[in-house]
Amino acid sequence: MSKNIDPVTLAVIQNGLIQVCNEMDMAFERSAFSPVISEAYDRSDGIYHRDNGELIAQGDLGLPIFMGTMQYGTAEVIKRAKNVKPGDVYIANDPYLGGTHLMDVRFYRPFFYKGELYCWLANTGHWRDTGGAVPGGFSAHATDVEMEGLRLPPVKLIKEGVVDEEILAIVMSNIRTANETLGDVRAQAAALSIGEKRLTALMDRYGRDTVENSIDELKRRAAQQMRAKIAGIPDGSYEGESALDSDGIVNEPLRIKMKIRIEGGEMHVDMSESSPPCMGPLNSVIATTRSAVFIAMKHIFPDVPLNAGTFEPIHITDPEGTFLYAKYPRPVSGCAAEVSQRICEAVFVTLAKVIPDKLFAAPAGTSGNFALGGFDPVRNRNYVMYIFSGGGYGGWHDGDGISNGCSTIGISKTQPLEVMEQFYPVLFEEYSLREGSGGEGKYRGGFGVNYRVKIRRGRALASFVMDHGRVGPAGVQGGADGGPNRIMVRRTGEPDYILPHFSKDQGLHVTEGDTVHVSTPGGGGYGKAFERDPAAVGRDVSFGYYTAEEAAKRFGVAVDSKNFAVDAKATQELRRRTA
Amino acid sequence: MSKVVGIDVGGTFTDLMLVDEASGKVQVTKVPTTPENQAFGVINALEATKVPLSELASIVHGTTATTNALLERKISKVGLITTKGFRDVLELGRRTRPNAYGMTGTFRPLIPRDLRMEVDERIDADGGVVTPLDEKAVTEAAKVLMAKGCEALVIHFFNAYINTAHEDRAVEVAAKVWPNAYITSGTSVLPQFREYERGVTAAVNASIRPVLDRYIKRLREELASRGYTHDLLVMQGNGGTVSSSIVADLAAHTVLSGPASGVKAAAYTSSIAGFPNVVTYDMGGTSTDVALIRDGVPQVTAEFELEYAMPVHVPMVDIHTIGSGGGSLAYIDEAGILQVGPQSAGAKPGPICYGRGGQRPTITDANLVLGRLNAKKLLAVDSPVSVEGVAGIIEKEIGSKLGMSAVEAASAIVRIANDKMAGALRMVSLSRGQDPRDFALFAFGGAGPLHAVALARELAIPKVLVPVRPGITSALGCIVADVRHDYVRTVNKPVAVADVKQAGEILKAQREEGRRTIESENIPIEEIVYIHAADMQFQGQSHVLTVPLAGPEVTREGLQEAFEKVYFSRFEVRLPEIRAMLVNLRTAAIGKRKMVSLKALVDTAAHGKTLKDAHTETRKVWFDGGWHDTPVYFRDRLPAKAKFPGPAIIEQLDTTTIVEPDNTVEMDDYGNLIVTVPHRQGA
Repeated sequence: MSKNIDPVTLAVIQNGLIQVCNEMDMAFERSAFSPVISEAYDRSDGIYHRDNGELIAQGDLGLPIFMGTMQYGTAEVIKRAKNVKPGDVYIANDPYLGGTHLMDVRFYRPFFYKGELYCWLANTGHWRDTGGAVPGGFSAHATDVEMEGLRLPPVKLIKEGVVDEEILAIVMSNIRTANETLGDVRAQAAALSIGEKRLTALMDRYGRDTVENSIDELKRRAAQQMRAKIAGIPDGSYEGESALDSDGIVNEPLRIKMKIRIEGGEMHVDMSESSPPCMGPLNSVIATTRSAVFIAMKHIFPDVPLNAGTFEPIHITDPEGTFLYAKYPRPVSGCAAEVSQRICEAVFVTLAKVIPDKLFAAPAGTSGNFALGGFDPVRNRNYVMYIFSGGGYGGWHDGDGISNGCSTIGISKTQPLEVMEQFYPVLFEEYSLREGSGGEGKYRGGFGVNYRVKIRRGRALASFVMDHGRVGPAGVQGGADGGPNRIMVRRTGEPDYILPHFSKDQGLHVTEGDTVHVSTPGGGGYGKAFERDPAAVGRDVSFGYYTAEEAAKRFGVAVDSKNFAVDAKATQELRRRTA
Repeated sequence: MSKVVGIDVGGTFTDLMLVDEASGKVQVTKVPTTPENQAFGVINALEATKVPLSELASIVHGTTATTNALLERKISKVGLITTKGFRDVLELGRRTRPNAYGMTGTFRPLIPRDLRMEVDERIDADGGVVTPLDEKAVTEAAKVLMAKGCEALVIHFFNAYINTAHEDRAVEVAAKVWPNAYITSGTSVLPQFREYERGVTAAVNASIRPVLDRYIKRLREELASRGYTHDLLVMQGNGGTVSSSIVADLAAHTVLSGPASGVKAAAYTSSIAGFPNVVTYDMGGTSTDVALIRDGVPQVTAEFELEYAMPVHVPMVDIHTIGSGGGSLAYIDEAGILQVGPQSAGAKPGPICYGRGGQRPTITDANLVLGRLNAKKLLAVDSPVSVEGVAGIIEKEIGSKLGMSAVEAASAIVRIANDKMAGALRMVSLSRGQDPRDFALFAFGGAGPLHAVALARELAIPKVLVPVRPGITSALGCIVADVRHDYVRTVNKPVAVADVKQAGEILKAQREEGRRTIESENIPIEEIVYIHAADMQFQGQSHVLTVPLAGPEVTREGLQEAFEKVYFSRFEVRLPEIRAMLVNLRTAAIGKRKMVSLKALVDTAAHGKTLKDAHTETRKVWFDGGWHDTPVYFRDRLPAKAKFPGPAIIEQLDTTTIVEPDNTVEMDDYGNLIVTVPHRQGA
């Protein structure tokens, strides 16, 4: 039947569906309270299939990690939903039912057209808090999901347009910062009703059947396009690996073993030889594991459209028995923020071996989550402060990596430090580019960040969920790894505390005058460092990105440490001798 | 002595409009822009009028000099002195990447790292001094930066928005050794929190200040030597003018000067025509600018980003650029779906029909094949290509892949392009809390009037207005712009506890400063009006809403009520349990210049007596899936008060207006074309 759609209508409906989602995204983001949503765009809105929850459309600026997960979540709601009526809204954050971590709270609204259930509108927003052992939910020491916070299976929060105040009261009684979250609940639900209005207008205009046929056709076309991209990768089996520092409890790396087999436009992904489930919160639920692979492919081929068809040629074997297929009650708070990024990295480094001209070295790949929860005696109130830091991106086939890029799975900005100081009793002593952290290569990695923050008054607990502290982000094509993540806590009268697990810890007592020092990873290098243009190295030294010594040792370039002139002859000699 | 001149320097042409208020005559000249020094083009345009400069009462100048300097990085060498520990803020940005998908791209800070110095000083978020300013270090840093060849200096201190003492003192100290006046402090350009945005805005200001200063000085001298005795006025991005004697100090305010004058002209023209609420739609060769005008006032924003990670957060007309223009390329993507833009054929090779070697179909080519553009009159054709030739390429590149004829394919290209532009336009108005249906569409630029009625139909906008001279709107904007200065001050207190008396005093002080500045400029004006507003949010939010205030006297209840009203109309949510915050107070001081009559723009002598006099030909034009015999009119010859139904094509030197079959078009007393577009469901 899809043959009958004229190509113009098809293109118009494609734009129209995305427009509905964009308008939901905008309404949500502009009226949200959680800075994670409004500043960091940690939210996504989409349209999902009525029968199986498949993705029909997503907004242009939805958070990448949610693009894959929300269809699984919708499928779980569809399985459970009974007596669905117009105006109903389900709330859920259960990670095992198509989710990520508990803080990502999903709303689902059935969309009825002329009295008939047509599809689902859904969105996800990262709430400030959903209860649990530590404010903000990133408990590095959690050993079951109950310690991570309040878990909601799909529950009808709004019944035919009326909020169930009793359910809302349960939710609000179990989370911190309930007042502000109330604003987020309204914003999140309002975004879906805006989507409903817009989608109704689209259906009215083009008719149910035409929209339906277009959706089918668009799915088919997206699959066709992704197949064409995959067909551009030579057939064969390829392997790669990445590793998380630890699970926060047992101090051993968690490995992701990536096997990718390309065969005639189909891509088979096997991660079943990865590490077994872990005690700490670095397990990944399957929805997140799958979504991470999709994000990686979308980063490599950014121009493929987003709907269920895009994922059709990508076949992911369920990694049963590994930490990438977490089942209740495994703790999972690190899955969306950290594990997903290691999965992306494993895809990147594996495919960089085959199609290097489409790829880049590994990015910092950590959300760099530092949470500080304490009491401010001057304002007489509790507070929770988060810092999500960026890091260097990998060098790529035509340029150096960006410094201080956001996480691979996010699109988020950091909060201005001046805003942080307004709200929390802290003082930033430094926020600087982390010299030398970019992995050397023909195209070097971007640089990470150093920041140092002092507690000005009161007592607080510091928690960290970061990664890439054991080894830095991988270089490719002969490039070097970027600098690894470093965290240090300096307390008055005590020796400096270096995290035993490199990048994860929780409940560290800090008080007035203590400082927290974080250095985030630099990106991996792309290509051999000795092939880097010596003039570019000279410029790097003049900017203080590397010292003259590093230039000689890491790039084989002789740079005068005073006037930054490059000595061509000495460079030749250095490169010849070391090569 | 009643001749006023507006000159807009665009990318290709420098447009001049001269209005003689005594005789009511208008003169228009167009000369090529001289990119190496725009002043030559300005002088050429003035000379082309043959009017002695001594007879001119005022010259208002819209310039792209600063915007281009920034985009092309032809900027001055700037040094930075900042708080210890923070010299990399300008390079690290807010932790972003250029695109949501794709991990590549580049970013270059305006001030390179070797020109960023730190000194001991620190102020906390309450304004208290944590570390005193090391004045000696400021002197030393300034000397180092001078030795490195810096021409301009930025002094940007952390938390200075709450207490400017250290920044002010450092400016004084540095001024003692700095060889020129080009010192910009962060808070002098933007006294608001957010260290990255404030710092970059200051860096933008510093890096174009010497460029603008030299350009304006030279131009003033040139004008004076040719007998001009009055002040040269410069358009700012906020849609108002400023005396050229002080424009360079706040050079960042001239970013978007050109497009802002277009919007200003639109506001002026549409208000007089009886349409105070319009969406401006300025479609050119590579992009389209869209802005909102409410109650005759262009909406102003302070959140503009010139390019990736380059915020310029001074008040500017809220112009949103969409990547669609006449040169946007049409292609079939890998999924077999027709796409149009954002890639563009640019000026070279340009559309196929320009005959400069372009071989890929563009929106302009599609319009030609559909009979909408006149093949005989295409501007800028180097070596002509036949319509059949263009159609052949469209059929090969697009039609054959979709099972369509050339004409069907061309129609599809225009349809998709319109659809995308309409979507973008909707997002622009919605993100500003407005429903496009409440507006008229003001179409200008070379391609705007070609697509305007289709967009209006798509968006259910009932009226389209095409001004008399859509190609030189910006020059008109210069003539009609008022003098304008904007002020902002951060308060950031809950409304419930804010000192409203002090808020009133802040607004009054801003008024006073505006009045003094305008008076010191010595520009003839009729009166000064003030616009007050408050940026507000609910506690805990990060976006602010700008709430208009009736005057400088504010009350707690009044603030709360006004905010809740604006918030509800934008988001359809009420949040009674959450506290409202008063974030910033804003004042715009506007010196109203004498009104210029728009009737002068119309050459009534050229008017025909009947519609027939304007009729040049009848040609086949494709509308709604079929060819229609469509009359073509020459706009200048249309009779007064002409009114007729579509389909019609109205041609003039600088644009072509499309009137679709079910439209009605009429010419008002000012020569504007007003097209009525019925709302068709399912069109």
